Amino acid sequence: MHKDSTHISEYKTLGIVLLILLFLTFTTIEVTSFHLMAATVLVALIIAGVKGYIVLTYFMHLKYEGILLRVLVGAVFLLYAVIVTITFFDYLYR
Amino acid sequence: MANNIESTDYVSYLDYQGKHKGIFAWILATDHKRIGLLYMYAIASFFFIGAILGLLMRIELIAPGETIMKPQTYNGIFTVHGIIMIFMVVIPGLSVVFGNLFMPILIGARDVAFPRLNLFSWWIYILGCIMAVSSQFLRQGPPDTGWTFYAPYSISTGTNVIMATAAAFVLGFSSILTGLNFIVTIHRMRAPGMGYFRMPLFVWSLYATAWIQLLATPIVGITLLMLIAERVFNIGFFDPALGGDPVLFQHLFWIYSHPAVYIMILPAMGVITEIIPTFSQRKVYGYKAVAFSSLAIAGVGFLVWGHHMFTSGMSNTALWFFSLLTFIVAVPSAIKVFNWIATMYKGSIDLKPPMLYALSFIFLFMIGGLSGLVLGSLATDVHVHDTSFVVAHFHYIVFGGMGFAFFAAIHYWLPKIYGRMYNFKWANISWAIIFVGFNVLYFPLFIIGMQGMPRRYYDYLPQFQTGHVISTIGAFMLIIGFIMMVINLINGARNGAKAPANPWNGNTLEWKIPSPPPHENFDQIPVITEDPYNYL
Amino acid sequence: MENHSNHIEEPRDDYAAKLGMWLFIFTELLLFGGLFLVYSIFRFKFPTQFHQAALELNVTIGAINTVILLVSSMTVAMSLAALQKNNKKLAKILLLITVFCALLFLVNKYFEWGVKFNEGLYPGSDLMLQLEHGSLLYFSLYFFMTGLHALHIIIGMIILLVAYFKINSGKVNIGKYALLENGALYWHLVDLIWIFLFPLLYLIS
Repeated sequence: MHKDSTHISEYKTLGIVLLILLFLTFTTIEVTSFHLMAATVLVALIIAGVKGYIVLTYFMHLKYEGILLRVLVGAVFLLYAVIVTITFFDYLYR
Repeated sequence: MANNIESTDYVSYLDYQGKHKGIFAWILATDHKRIGLLYMYAIASFFFIGAILGLLMRIELIAPGETIMKPQTYNGIFTVHGIIMIFMVVIPGLSVVFGNLFMPILIGARDVAFPRLNLFSWWIYILGCIMAVSSQFLRQGPPDTGWTFYAPYSISTGTNVIMATAAAFVLGFSSILTGLNFIVTIHRMRAPGMGYFRMPLFVWSLYATAWIQLLATPIVGITLLMLIAERVFNIGFFDPALGGDPVLFQHLFWIYSHPAVYIMILPAMGVITEIIPTFSQRKVYGYKAVAFSSLAIAGVGFLVWGHHMFTSGMSNTALWFFSLLTFIVAVPSAIKVFNWIATMYKGSIDLKPPMLYALSFIFLFMIGGLSGLVLGSLATDVHVHDTSFVVAHFHYIVFGGMGFAFFAAIHYWLPKIYGRMYNFKWANISWAIIFVGFNVLYFPLFIIGMQGMPRRYYDYLPQFQTGHVISTIGAFMLIIGFIMMVINLINGARNGAKAPANPWNGNTLEWKIPSPPPHENFDQIPVITEDPYNYL
Repeated sequence: MENHSNHIEEPRDDYAAKLGMWLFIFTELLLFGGLFLVYSIFRFKFPTQFHQAALELNVTIGAINTVILLVSSMTVAMSLAALQKNNKKLAKILLLITVFCALLFLVNKYFEWGVKFNEGLYPGSDLMLQLEHGSLLYFSLYFFMTGLHALHIIIGMIILLVAYFKINSGKVNIGKYALLENGALYWHLVDLIWIFLFPLLYLIS
């Protein structure tokens, strides 16, 4: 039901992951200083989403976990997104 | 199977002596069965207190104007009645009592995944209860907001809202930890051969419930923290004077509190799904449909919360969306009802007390559920929102549903829990009085609600009095029947005839171990080779 | 008379502990999720005032804090890898660096909040209550969300320190590292929340 082999991360992999995260952080700061108006939120959130995905996948090891945990994490984020969306059905159209 | 179910030379969980003595052997126990009993005694006590509060309300309402209490007292009483019944009785309810007592046994395990966390859950439940009770007696006076704590009144009222909401927060934490424990237990500790589709359906219902407990509760947790911050710091989220939105409180509150009602009803449906096959001696019709409908109710149940807010000023888009989803969520519940009836078809029906309660559950739940369609439909809801009609609806569902399922469960499993049997004649008589009293108490509230009687109102127009008088008579009948039932059960548990391991000819694992169960449930963990309801 | 001599010991199930920590992480995500929902609604209602109010925050300190947390996430992940390779000493050093980063974050936060408090800007203050609605709500969200996050940093630090001492005493080791693994998961969650907090509070100008 779950993988018995334990995956041990390489230090090098973790270092590269950090560099990517730092790069994305600085990208966010740069991009949000442009005047993209409404799109600014979207871009910032997308980059944050990518960073989050990387943390979940590599630092939190989801890449090396079984299908159960990956499905559960996805389901929780999906549930949250649906709840936010439905709440905006009220606020957007009042 | 190596377990000798009628043997008497084993140590039952009631007699087991570990490293703690006296009362500590219970309040420091990590045995899921003892924890289940600890919850049961606490919940039964709080239910009784909540029932007395309900009775006091019914006495006040027997005549218009002041009858036995002042208006402020009345507001405090309906608030604490709701807080006790919802947060301290029905939400923990069947999960923590019968889930703890039997879920590990039903899957062939010795205990839950985290026994010490389980004990911790009970302790913080008790802490939450103490906090809730203390909110009644501290200097500022009992909260008068209703158990729903709607802003902006909950921000401005001078009463003990902070203590009551903090209590609800703590109780919620207990609920989260129980849900976590049950999910891990079901995933990791099933006996060899027990695939997911060989689990008893009560376990499926506990699984679906555990997910709701885990995912929905944090949202009310943060909402209550926000409310406390509003009162202390004026953070403005729900205060229109500061730019906030009171309807936002309602959204956040009901995003939890609607799924919470499925926390109440799913284990109840699970219990009924155990009792009906046993007393029909037929396997459950449509096992997978019942299992998946539990998950469907849990999932779709997250998407309907706005039906509590139809008159709050939401957009039209929100209104039709929530109404549509509310009708959709009724479908999996209906599937269960069809499956119960189909299970009984051509069965060998035995009307023992558990079956009487189970059948009356179906009847009362259907009335409550159908009245929910009136509420879920936008145009009719406008007419009955915040009237006695709503009060009748949720009492039929919660009390007629979950309450009767609790009574069914205790009559079903008492011989297993205590190793003794109760008197059937008195069980049947008290059932009859409870059933009649229940309907006399609540049915008139549908009628006067449609006629315009508001809920949470201390005073009313004379035209509603007849309905109120009938209802109050029903309340007395109900409480008499309830007391008779409890006396009969306590008598049976203490002095009743010794019960065999399998008094009802059931097929699930709890009936294959002695009554009361041994300390560690099984001599040897069983290997499962058949479906749970292998009667025909 | 004690009769528990026949107690049947269950084999340890580390996957169950990990699953349990993930489930707990879900509750934390939804807890903060409620706050993010409130944020998104009020930002939708008061876009200009949120933009204006955000100018009061120091992006540099926010960015430094983001870097600190990202680095600490790497060091705790490395600490786990080190322990799994039986390098107890390296595991301990990396864990201490993680905790030190957490402390730095808190010190920064202390100064950040201190500046605001000195200006008279804190929950419930007269200045705060006189702000425009959108600005008031923005700062309420700022204090509430960063405050709750800081509380979780403290909890995470405690868990990691407990792991440190248990590694030291040998109770947590290459064959038994669930406490470090799950403590690290909790720490990554704290980092994950900040990854979303930073742009939404600091970068909306």
